[in-house]
Amino acid sequence: MFSPDDISALQLTLKLAAISTGLLLLLGTPLAWWLARSQWRFKFLIEALVALPLVLPPTVLGFYLLIAFSPNNWFGGLMMSVTGETLAFSFMGLVIGSVIYSLPFVIQPLQNAFTMISSQSLEAAATLRASPLDRFFSIAIPLARPGFISAAVLGFAHTLGEFGVVLMIGGNIPGETQVASIAIYEHVESLEYTQAHWLAGCLLLLSFVLLILVYASNRQLRIMRT
Amino acid sequence: MSLDLKCRVGREAFSLDASLSLPPKGVSALYGPSGCGKTSLLRAIAGLDKATHGQISFNNSVWQSDDVFVPTHQRELAMVFQEARLFAHLNVVENLNYAFKRVPVEQRRIELDQAIKLLSLSNLLKRRVDGLSGGEQQRVAIARALCASPKLLLMDEPLSALDRNAKREILPYIEGMVAELNLPIVYVSHSLDEVARLADTLVLMEPEGIVAAGDAPSMLTQLDLSLAKDFDAESIVDAQVTAHDDTYQLTYLDSAVGQFSVARKSLAIGTQVRLRVLAKDVSLTLKSQTDTSILNIFPATIREISETDGAQATIKLHSNGVPVLAKVTRKSVDALGLKVGLDVFIQAKSVALL
Repeated sequence: MFSPDDISALQLTLKLAAISTGLLLLLGTPLAWWLARSQWRFKFLIEALVALPLVLPPTVLGFYLLIAFSPNNWFGGLMMSVTGETLAFSFMGLVIGSVIYSLPFVIQPLQNAFTMISSQSLEAAATLRASPLDRFFSIAIPLARPGFISAAVLGFAHTLGEFGVVLMIGGNIPGETQVASIAIYEHVESLEYTQAHWLAGCLLLLSFVLLILVYASNRQLRIMRT
Repeated sequence: MSLDLKCRVGREAFSLDASLSLPPKGVSALYGPSGCGKTSLLRAIAGLDKATHGQISFNNSVWQSDDVFVPTHQRELAMVFQEARLFAHLNVVENLNYAFKRVPVEQRRIELDQAIKLLSLSNLLKRRVDGLSGGEQQRVAIARALCASPKLLLMDEPLSALDRNAKREILPYIEGMVAELNLPIVYVSHSLDEVARLADTLVLMEPEGIVAAGDAPSMLTQLDLSLAKDFDAESIVDAQVTAHDDTYQLTYLDSAVGQFSVARKSLAIGTQVRLRVLAKDVSLTLKSQTDTSILNIFPATIREISETDGAQATIKLHSNGVPVLAKVTRKSVDALGLKVGLDVFIQAKSVALL
């Protein structure tokens, strides 16, 4: 069945997906709110930038991240002086890569959900003494709940399937940066089809269950609404 | 102590200059046709319209001036919109609580239970808001606004999105609220019916801006304003129920004008009501008629006769100080020799309780 390396690859994958999703929700919520509400003329530039990982080959994204992570670079140098190690080939580097790679999958459902919230409810809350921050937490976030569920699941599932970016910036160090998708690639390269089957089946099942959750929760919300 | 504004509201396509001072009590109605800026003015008072310039102050606190803009949530007001705008993720009582719990304890002047009782919501408290009828939703919205313990309540055509039955259902609640709470209200409407029922002060608006403002009975009967020129021009008379007549099934009411008789209403003796007398239902006689079927006959003095080329002339009379309008043909004006200062009798064919 699973070798110790496979188990640690699966654990690492889940840990990476969980941490990245958490960070994405934290960073993505204010960004998506701003994108949904801002009247700024050049907002489309930011929207295009956020959507870039959707179309960019993961190797391109990974290549630029690798460059950025180099200690000779300002970003890599700064991180080096703060953490004492380089980002390339580290778990931290994987998290940064995943956050960027999965950003559009979190931003878009959130932005859609926030756009659907009418300014009518927010205005009504304002006339009931709710401050802007209060309105955001008491009206916008609860009304956007389906968006949050979709964003969290899509962000998580998409990070599970990450391959190209991880290969570029994380390499393939078992127990440190070897995620499940890369372990599968390794098994196939070594003609270990049984092991590849187990891991692949595991990811397939996990992704399918997650998507079932998204669609079931959307359906339930629709039923509750009507 | 009042609501004072001197401001310009609106954007490039539409702008309105308004200068107005409203009393800090009773219902002030902003009345005018659609598109004349009533709602924009109300939104400016609420601080919901950022494109407002000028001065807005309420009870000595400046809400807006050249260098001040108090955001909506810090103005001590609440607003009822055309749509109920209830929060879909909360049930009825949670909607009310949303407002109630945001009021500091020492500023609470309206309790949750009082608001629930005033709008008869006790059977709806646990219901989801999207399962309510339009009328029920608007009742919840009004109660929710009251739960914010506002010092000023803004109502933006709260009945216009409702069907006729729901309107009829809600108006008494609004009247009850006005009677029970000492709460100044600014009420926007394009329905003369609602204005006549509710307003103490009337602000008449036209597309070019505010035309006139004053107490409702005299505004309604001012001949140079569009209100008196309307086919449905009317006068309002405040009265009090004094007796019921079991034999003839009538209710008698006392007013400054005299005693009115109307078809029996189930109202307690002493109830204050507003009577509406349509100008087209009022006829004039030179002597007090006794051989007539009309019960409501009062002495009055002609104050003003409208200039007109049409068949109908509008006449403004005073009956013991109360302004009353009559619409008669120009032919009758000449035949009876009606002129300003003449003492006549008014006969009101029908009188409606508002």
